[in-house]
Amino acid sequence: MSDHSRAKPYMNPYLAGTLLGIVLFLAFFITGTGLGASGGLNRLLVFFQNLFVPEHIDHVPYLLKMAGGNTNPLDSWIVYLTVGTVAGGFISGLFGRRVKIETNKGPQIGNKTRWMMAFLGGILMGYGARLARGCTSGQALSGGAVLSVGSWAFMFAVFAGAYALAYFFRRYWN
Amino acid sequence: MTAFPLPLTELLGHYGSYMIYLLVGLAFGATLETAGFGNSKKLAAQFYFKDLTVFKVMFTAIIVACVLIFLSSAVGLLDYNLVWVPPTYLWPGIVGGLIMGAGFIVGGFCPGTSLVAMATGKIDGVFFVLGVLTGIFLFGETVGSFAVFFESSFMGRFTLPELFGVSYGTVVVGVVVIALLMFWGAEAIEARVGGPTAQKAPRLAVPAAAGLVILALAVMLVGQPDSADRWKMIEAEQVAMLDERAVQIEPAELLDVIHNVQIKAVLLDVRDERHYNQFHVHGARRLPADDVVSTARELMFEPANTVFITMGNDETAATEAWKVLKAESVPNVYILDGGVNNWIKTYSDEAFVEERLIRGHDNDQPAYMFDAAIGSRHPAAEPNPHAFEIEFEPKVKLELKRAPTSGGCG
Repeated sequence: MSDHSRAKPYMNPYLAGTLLGIVLFLAFFITGTGLGASGGLNRLLVFFQNLFVPEHIDHVPYLLKMAGGNTNPLDSWIVYLTVGTVAGGFISGLFGRRVKIETNKGPQIGNKTRWMMAFLGGILMGYGARLARGCTSGQALSGGAVLSVGSWAFMFAVFAGAYALAYFFRRYWN
Repeated sequence: MTAFPLPLTELLGHYGSYMIYLLVGLAFGATLETAGFGNSKKLAAQFYFKDLTVFKVMFTAIIVACVLIFLSSAVGLLDYNLVWVPPTYLWPGIVGGLIMGAGFIVGGFCPGTSLVAMATGKIDGVFFVLGVLTGIFLFGETVGSFAVFFESSFMGRFTLPELFGVSYGTVVVGVVVIALLMFWGAEAIEARVGGPTAQKAPRLAVPAAAGLVILALAVMLVGQPDSADRWKMIEAEQVAMLDERAVQIEPAELLDVIHNVQIKAVLLDVRDERHYNQFHVHGARRLPADDVVSTARELMFEPANTVFITMGNDETAATEAWKVLKAESVPNVYILDGGVNNWIKTYSDEAFVEERLIRGHDNDQPAYMFDAAIGSRHPAAEPNPHAFEIEFEPKVKLELKRAPTSGGCG
């Protein structure tokens, strides 16, 4: 990993997991709500939709809940949590000297392929996250820790989906 | 009562409370980044058994948080009823999960990790975030066409201990032990597939794992507070409320609440079925004493402007149900002053009250006789609020809602 020569190594996974677990616990302990990520992106998107096509919002019940009438889609705790997540990642990256403009990819593909696949994967991820009412953070981590049945079923489905397709993408990542 | 979770909006104000979420987000983003989750190669390696960091970090976080949550709940610090448990929509969750699994292997991130990747300058992360926004957009545009599926297999707040019919402590111990065994397996797999580059477990690993198991066992031994335990925690202050008659609302106030368009009134009739069928206030639902605890879970999902009113023939049974609902942390619960008997007396004509009175009726038994089971078809069941202008001492005060209505991915 020559391109990471200056970067500090990542934290031991169990230690990082313990820290993440404590953050998750504190989130529940203080706020009662746990963590999330896709909900914040959702509201950001709806904010722009509301800016450009407000009359469209009024025709879609799913969007109406977030931005109907005078409701400001950004007036939600999850938006602040998401802003914090980006900033926290950046600060940690600075301290670890890991902030660097780069593209991480398998050795057999070019940057453009990787970008296109990242975009496609993102579409699937965004769509699936809303269908499942939460992403890896909101459902798997948060719901898993408070022992929700649906969250555990969801978690197994994510791993199952990824492992089932991993074989077909082996040249792409390795 | 248990102090946590904190009523943030009450303490810090609407926007002040958001600062707490900002801080939580900072800590979340920093831990994700420092675990290496900003790097798609590291994330994808999970699915080729080369580097099981994703699995290790996730499950360590889950078991640590799980043990701490149920330990603090067991000792009465945290109110689990006020904690957001993502409601189960089984099939939408599974199908969404499978789609996300595909997205993970194609795109190399999940939404949270892509934010961190973007923040640390990873161009693939930026493209992924743009993709997520597009996917969310497409979902918003198409969900209308499969709304029935999206709302299907709803099971409410449904937890693993309820599924298996065992205590919370048992499941906590089980989850911790299974996770630790899987970590042990993960290390073995990594050593074989990943070769010598795989990270070594730190020396603290075994004592830490043992410590976690001990804490999980403590959760099991102490047990989670049941409804009676929860009542004991709040008994002193709540009995004072009962004695001051601060929560018994007069029939006139109830009528006012029912017709107040800004309030949703949920009337809970705790009498037995026979009495309910003979007469009940229009819109009241029957709530048998055995079902109060399970119903409380459901009532938590009512909107913030909901007021719950328990009513019996007199007050004894209604007060018992009120205690259970209070113990289960249901907000805005009141008792109908004098029960249904008092309601009938207030809203029936004098002739009826004279003629049908059962003299010397026992406590919490009907005071008026009905020839047939007319339910809510009696004029007193749905009195015209304009025909009765009765003064009352207002007691209903809407509390700010602390029970969770959204969480996870909000």
